[in-house]
Amino acid sequence: MSRLADTFARLARERRAGLITYTTAGDPDLPRSADILRALDRAGADVLEVGVPFSDPLADGAVIQRATERAIASGTTLRKVLTLVEEVRAEVKAPIVLFSYANPLVRMGLETFAAKAAKAGVDGVLVLDLPIEEASEFRAVLADAGIDTIFLLSPTTTDERIKKAGELGRGFLYGISRLGVTGARDQVATGAEAMVKRIRQHTSMPIALGFGIARPEHVAEVAAYADAAVVGSALVALIAEHSASPDLIARVEAYVSSLRAACAPRREALS
Amino acid sequence: MAQPPLHRDPDARGYFGSYGGRYVPETLVEPVEELERAYFAARDDAAFQAELQRLFVHYVGRPTPLYEARRLAAAYGGARIFLKREDLTHTGAHKINNALGQALLAVRMGKRRIVAETGAGQHGVASATAAALLGLDCHVYMGADDMERQALNVIRMRLLGAEVIRVEGGSRTLKDAINEAMRDWVTNVSDTYYLLGSALGPHPYPLMVREFQSVIGREARAQMLDQTGRLPDAVVACVGGGSNAMGIFDGFVGDGSVRLVGVEAGGDGIVRGRHAARFAGGSMGVLQGTRTYILQDEDGNIELTHSVSAGLDYAAVGPEHAWLRDLGRAEYGYITDEDAIDGFKTLARLEGILPALESAHAVAYAKRVAQQVGPDGLVLVNLSGRGDKDVHTMEKYVSAR
Repeated sequence: MSRLADTFARLARERRAGLITYTTAGDPDLPRSADILRALDRAGADVLEVGVPFSDPLADGAVIQRATERAIASGTTLRKVLTLVEEVRAEVKAPIVLFSYANPLVRMGLETFAAKAAKAGVDGVLVLDLPIEEASEFRAVLADAGIDTIFLLSPTTTDERIKKAGELGRGFLYGISRLGVTGARDQVATGAEAMVKRIRQHTSMPIALGFGIARPEHVAEVAAYADAAVVGSALVALIAEHSASPDLIARVEAYVSSLRAACAPRREALS
Repeated sequence: MAQPPLHRDPDARGYFGSYGGRYVPETLVEPVEELERAYFAARDDAAFQAELQRLFVHYVGRPTPLYEARRLAAAYGGARIFLKREDLTHTGAHKINNALGQALLAVRMGKRRIVAETGAGQHGVASATAAALLGLDCHVYMGADDMERQALNVIRMRLLGAEVIRVEGGSRTLKDAINEAMRDWVTNVSDTYYLLGSALGPHPYPLMVREFQSVIGREARAQMLDQTGRLPDAVVACVGGGSNAMGIFDGFVGDGSVRLVGVEAGGDGIVRGRHAARFAGGSMGVLQGTRTYILQDEDGNIELTHSVSAGLDYAAVGPEHAWLRDLGRAEYGYITDEDAIDGFKTLARLEGILPALESAHAVAYAKRVAQQVGPDGLVLVNLSGRGDKDVHTMEKYVSAR
C-alpha cells in the first residue's frame, strides 16, 4: 500500500478529514523550503504538496505566480526540488506529492523523472496541464516506479470522466472547487459540496477539495463532506509576507496548526 | 518524400504525428471538447460557410490580389516573385480570416463574451473588429512591451470598443498574453469564447485556425495558375505561431513539386534569449496546450525570446509545422532583425508597399529562395500584413535625406 493510501485509510479510521498543504519549492529559497516542509509536518499536515516552479503557470493566480517567480529567481529547478524532497523525506511523516506543469517533467524525460522521484521518496505527482487523456504513458511509468498519479476534477468534468479518473488515478482525487485559477477566497465555493457528492456517485477514491480554501472555518466546512481540504495560496501568501522575518517558520507552524485543528473528528462514519 | 494524407485532420486526440494534443487544465477539457463538436458541426453546415463566405467577399475584400513584384524580383536577381496581398484585407492582415470564422462560431455557440491575446496587435484588432460587427463583448490581453511597440493597434482596438488589458507578467509579450487569456477563459468559461489567433494551443485550435486561413492558399493557387499557367516553385511565409503560413501552405501541400518554406524570427542571431527560431534553437516540449518545438532551458522553463516583430516573438511553433517539417514536406529558415528591416525598406522603396515587420521576414527570405530557383522560377510570398503599425519602430531606420 502506498503512503498516500495508508494516510487516507488512517484518516478514515480517525473519522476526520485530512489537511493538505501546498507550498512552492524554493520560495523564498531551498533551505527555508526544507524548514517549511518540516514545520508543516510538525503542525499536523496530512499530505504535503510541493510545487515545482515553472516559468508559465497558466492555471495559477497571482499569489502562486509570484511565488514561482521568486523560486526560479532563487535557482530552483526540478532537479533541486527532488533533492529537497530527498533531504526532508526521512524527517517528515506526511506523504509528499509534487505539483507540477507538464513541461519540466517532459524535459527531464518521464523515465528519468520517475526514477529520480522514486529515489527521492516522492509519493505522488499531480500535473496541472496533463489531463487523463494525455497521461496514459506518464501514469504507467510512474506506477512502475511506485508513484501515484493524482488527477484533478473540476465542476466542468463530465460524469464519464470522473469515472475514468476514479479508475486510473491513485492516492486521491483532487477536486477543484470552482472555475478559475488558484487563489484564496473569502468563502468556500457554493456548489463545492454538491460537486463532492457527484464525484462520490462514481468512485470510492478519497476526495480532496482545493482552490479558494484559506481559513480554519473554510477547512471545517469542507471537512464535513470531503476527505481532505487543500490550502495553498493563503499559505504561500503568509510565507511571502514573512519571508524576511525570523518568525517565518513559527508563523507557518501556528497557521497550519490552526487549520489542522479545524479537521475535527466527525460524528458520523465516512462513507 | 512522405505525403500527408489527403484528408488533413489530426487524429482523434488532436495530434499531427507526435505534435499537438490537449495539454490543458482539467477545467478546460470539456470546453475544448465542446468547441471541437461545435466546430465540426459548423464546418459541415452550408449556412455557416455561406455566411463566412459572404463576409470574406463583402466585408474583408476577398479575394485579395496576387501581385507580381517585378522591381523587387529584379533587385533580388532570381525568380519572378508574386505577393499574396493579405495586407489589403480589411484591418490589414490575414488575422481577420480566422477572427471572423471563430467569432461566427462563438455566436453559434451562444457565447457573447470573447477573450483574445495579441502580439503585434493584428489579431487583437481583427477580434475587436469581428466583435463590433457581431455585437460581442471583447477583451484583449496584450503584453506590456508589445503595447509600447504596437501602440497604434492599441488605439485601434479601443476605438473598436474592445477592452485592452495590459499584461505585466513574465516576458511581457505574446506568451504572457496567452497565459492571461487562458486564465480568464478558465475563470469565465461558461459564457466566454477564447478566440485564439494562431495555429497553436490545444486541439481543435491548430486545425480550426488553419482551415479558416486556408482561403489564402486556395485563392493563391488559382491565381498563380491563372497568371502564370503553372504552380510556383516555392511558397514563402513567416512563422510565429504559424497561421498565415499554414493558410497559404494548405493550398499547395498536396503539390509535391512546390517547396513550402517557413521563416522564423532570427532576432539578433541564434543566441539564447535573443531570437524566436524554434526549429533552429528549440526542442520538443509542452507549452500552452500543445506539444511542439519550443525554446526552453535545460530545466524545462520557457526561454525569453526576441524579435523586432512582436508577432513572431513567441517561444512555441504551431504543432502542424513541426509535423510538416518531420515529414520533409516543409522547410524552415530564419531571418535576423537586420535582414527583416532591410526587407521592409526594399519592398517600400521598390514596390511602394510597407509590409508588416513579420511579413518582411518572408520578403527578405524570398531573396535567397529566388536565387536558388533561378530566373525561370516562380516564388510566391505571403504578404501577411501591412506595416502601418510598425512605422514607429521603423522610424529609427529611416536614413535622413
